[in-house]
Amino acid sequence: MKYAYFPGCSLHSTGKEYDISLRAIAPKLGFELEEVPEWVCCGTSSAHATSRTMAAALPLYNMAKVAGAGADRVLVPCAACFARFKHALHDVKESASFAGQVERALGTQPRTGVAPLHPLQVVGDIAAGNTFPGMVVADLAGLKVACYYGCLLTRPPEVMRFDECEYPMSMDRIVRRCGAEPVDWSFKTDCCGASFSLTLVDVVHELTAKILANAKDLGANCIAVACSLCHANLDARQSEIEAKTGREFGLPIFYFTQIVGLALGLSTKALGLRKHIVSPMPLLDGLRGPRAA
Amino acid sequence: MEALTLDRDPRLTSFLRTMAAQSEVDVNLCYQCRKCAAGCPVAYAMDLTPTQVIHAVRLGQRDLVLRSRTIWLCISCETCTTRCPQGVDIAKVMDAARIIAVREGIEPAVPEVARFHRKAMKSIRRHGRMFELGLIVGLKMSGGGLTKDMVLGMKLFGKGKLKLLPSFGKSGPVKAMARRAGRGTAGSAAGDGGSTP
Repeated sequence: MKYAYFPGCSLHSTGKEYDISLRAIAPKLGFELEEVPEWVCCGTSSAHATSRTMAAALPLYNMAKVAGAGADRVLVPCAACFARFKHALHDVKESASFAGQVERALGTQPRTGVAPLHPLQVVGDIAAGNTFPGMVVADLAGLKVACYYGCLLTRPPEVMRFDECEYPMSMDRIVRRCGAEPVDWSFKTDCCGASFSLTLVDVVHELTAKILANAKDLGANCIAVACSLCHANLDARQSEIEAKTGREFGLPIFYFTQIVGLALGLSTKALGLRKHIVSPMPLLDGLRGPRAA
Repeated sequence: MEALTLDRDPRLTSFLRTMAAQSEVDVNLCYQCRKCAAGCPVAYAMDLTPTQVIHAVRLGQRDLVLRSRTIWLCISCETCTTRCPQGVDIAKVMDAARIIAVREGIEPAVPEVARFHRKAMKSIRRHGRMFELGLIVGLKMSGGGLTKDMVLGMKLFGKGKLKLLPSFGKSGPVKAMARRAGRGTAGSAAGDGGSTP
């Protein structure tokens, strides 16, 4: 199976290890990624706050590129890009007058026949299959994972049509199939502060602290994410939050693709695991110890 | 009796109409249950709760809405929109208020957020893709706090997670789209600031 692939800006920079780990697990799971040619930014949180037309035109421009390459589905790993793609499709389908505005900006009729897919859906389907247990070669028992979905994957449900909007389980199921233990916790879809990371850091500290605290309180020893913005706030801001709150979290933040990669026996280097600010190595070494013994 | 004449006063209803045209959301469906305010993760820092913003829009309180901190503190997490029992897309109303505030030249109550959006869009128009390092440096230079995030920036840089150079050759289509989106603005209330500098 081959998918058109839209990495988005952050998977080329701050979320590099999400790109690296997705590319690493793809051939093992039996699918291929073909990057959308000449893609541009999806507009992220700033387009919809400044221009409703641009917020839809940018994703639809990219979807036209997907269609132009002969594909009708596109894999979009960044939750923010994924949401912008879904919103663009929803908004032009809902309102003919708005579709007209977007058409003027694009200079061509919006192509609404391309379906954005998230890797949680694609990997989830494979992980649920009969052949998946045979692919799992590493023992991840002892990895207690708080699966964190953030705001954008599931909300609002009539736009995203993705999992259950208040208590999703798709990542939890993947993690369990990988042999790790998903934790039942309360902050799966609470906001981390997202793009305020570069403007109102205090808000990010406030919101992210609650997420880290709840994961820790309920026995998680790591958090898994599916969004590069969430990763940046939970990982890169964690030591600042520890200093501010006086509580030590020490929670490594994985992309869910890295956990799948570990289960498939890929190396830490192949999965970009050394790119995290909070090192997952002590936790992973602790898992390896007993198994090697 | 006064209330009946209020909603026919053109000074008040013109703002309601502008908001409706920009957002395509019917705020009059709101019955003030306050569920949006209860679930909002940033409500603690806001001057008006999301419920109060919706109510103020219904009453045509242009200045109260457009000069509020709330419209800039809304982080677009869509919790309110998801939970509203009346299906009011509150997050979209917040977007509309930000767009109208900028279009009407109102000084944003939380200037750093407005500056971030402006610079991010500029980065996208200039490079076709977001150039994170350039955006961060630009924000810190203009907004102060250059040293505040220096340590974190160096850590990310050390991990090879900040690209030194922007993308090249991707800006053409984005600039053209922004120009054409901006052109729609002049004549129609529904247009918006596609190419706002």
